[in-house]
Amino acid sequence: MITAQNIRKSFGHAHALKGVNFHIKKGEYVSLLGINGAGKTTLIRIISALTKPTEGNIIVSGVPLKKNPNLIRRLIGVMSHFTFLYGDMSAEENLKFYGNMYNVPDLHDKIDQLLVKVNLNTRRYDLVRTFSRGMQQRLSLARAILHDPHILLLDEPFAGLDVNAEKLLTDLIHDYVSGGMTILLTTHDINYALRHSQRIFVLKEGELVKDDVSGALTRNEIAELLSV
Amino acid sequence: MIALKQILAILRKDILLELRSKDIIVSMCVFAFIVVIVFNFTFDPTTQQIKISAPGILWVALLFSGNIGLSRSFAREQENSMMQGVLLCPVDRSLIYIAKVIGNVIFMTIVQLIILPVMVILLDLSIGHVLPQLLVVLFLGTLGFAGIGTLFSTISANTKSREVMLPILLFPVSVPVILSATKSTAYLLSGKDIGQSLSWIKLLVGFDVIFLVICFLLYEYVIEE
Repeated sequence: MITAQNIRKSFGHAHALKGVNFHIKKGEYVSLLGINGAGKTTLIRIISALTKPTEGNIIVSGVPLKKNPNLIRRLIGVMSHFTFLYGDMSAEENLKFYGNMYNVPDLHDKIDQLLVKVNLNTRRYDLVRTFSRGMQQRLSLARAILHDPHILLLDEPFAGLDVNAEKLLTDLIHDYVSGGMTILLTTHDINYALRHSQRIFVLKEGELVKDDVSGALTRNEIAELLSV
Repeated sequence: MIALKQILAILRKDILLELRSKDIIVSMCVFAFIVVIVFNFTFDPTTQQIKISAPGILWVALLFSGNIGLSRSFAREQENSMMQGVLLCPVDRSLIYIAKVIGNVIFMTIVQLIILPVMVILLDLSIGHVLPQLLVVLFLGTLGFAGIGTLFSTISANTKSREVMLPILLFPVSVPVILSATKSTAYLLSGKDIGQSLSWIKLLVGFDVIFLVICFLLYEYVIEE
């Protein structure tokens, strides 16, 4: 589903990614762990076609990113700690805007369904800036999956959320995992990654130092790898 | 068809946000109004001097207020990394440019429609006989300025001192458009050499086409890292 071939990214003399290789299969839920500056966000930005790699290639569903970035953008939904929602627009107006950008068919019905699913139907006409952080993140998830992507990239989506909001968002994400969606999540939370994902990547100083498919990796081993 | 839908979606969103906040049009109008008022106090409106200076006053007011509008329009997209959300969508970057240029032209035209009557009254100008031609020149000048400005406001939005960077980058490059627009307006308002203004208008159209095509082609490289 997602293949990374020798991905390198440099910003001047700083090397954010130093030759990352992996293959994520369809329907896998992968957690990408790493401390600040490990290169997690850079990797997510490259996969989502926001940043070009200095070297290497990303192939999504058999399509090289360099060849058709817009097709890959259509296959991917991205949710980050930034909500990408306009505060001076209502929940419905935000989804309508993004729906038109993705040319989503039957947009009104789709928006109705999603707002019910993320439990924001009663707040659909309210401006997003009046929402709590948890509500904004739920709406951000609706925005990310509005166009029925095959892959969901989650870049620290739980940043700034309280326990209830995190649980609500986790349940929503699990619905999509059980629906067969491929998920790549970046997080600092080792326990969360161990509890929820099927596979764990550990990224350290721009290198993929561990790819654990077996589920045998323990919290302490990961912490040691991360030097936490 | 999808491209048109995407352009309209960005345009509708920008207009909606401006209708809610009004921060672009209000700040542009206030600045343009202050410029006209200052010149009104500086020159005696009854003298010939003001008639000669009027085209310059008009374009100084419009261009500097336009600079504020361009700066604001992209600053809004930078807050909370909103532009990233748009860039995640499967949209050609050149379509974002087209939508942004149209939006900036609309905002600048609204300011012109407010400032022009104010200026006519305060500076005692008679523009009735050349109004259609003047509106064409204003539109062409605005189109060229917004075309270049949209590209440079995107570049400067990614810098730390964007408020300073934008005019430094924008005004030197816009000189051909500013010169043609000011000269066309001067000939039109003088009422004598209306035929002469036509050659400047042709030049203005030429510069508009050149700048819009170049900026359209470059935008993809500017907006992406």
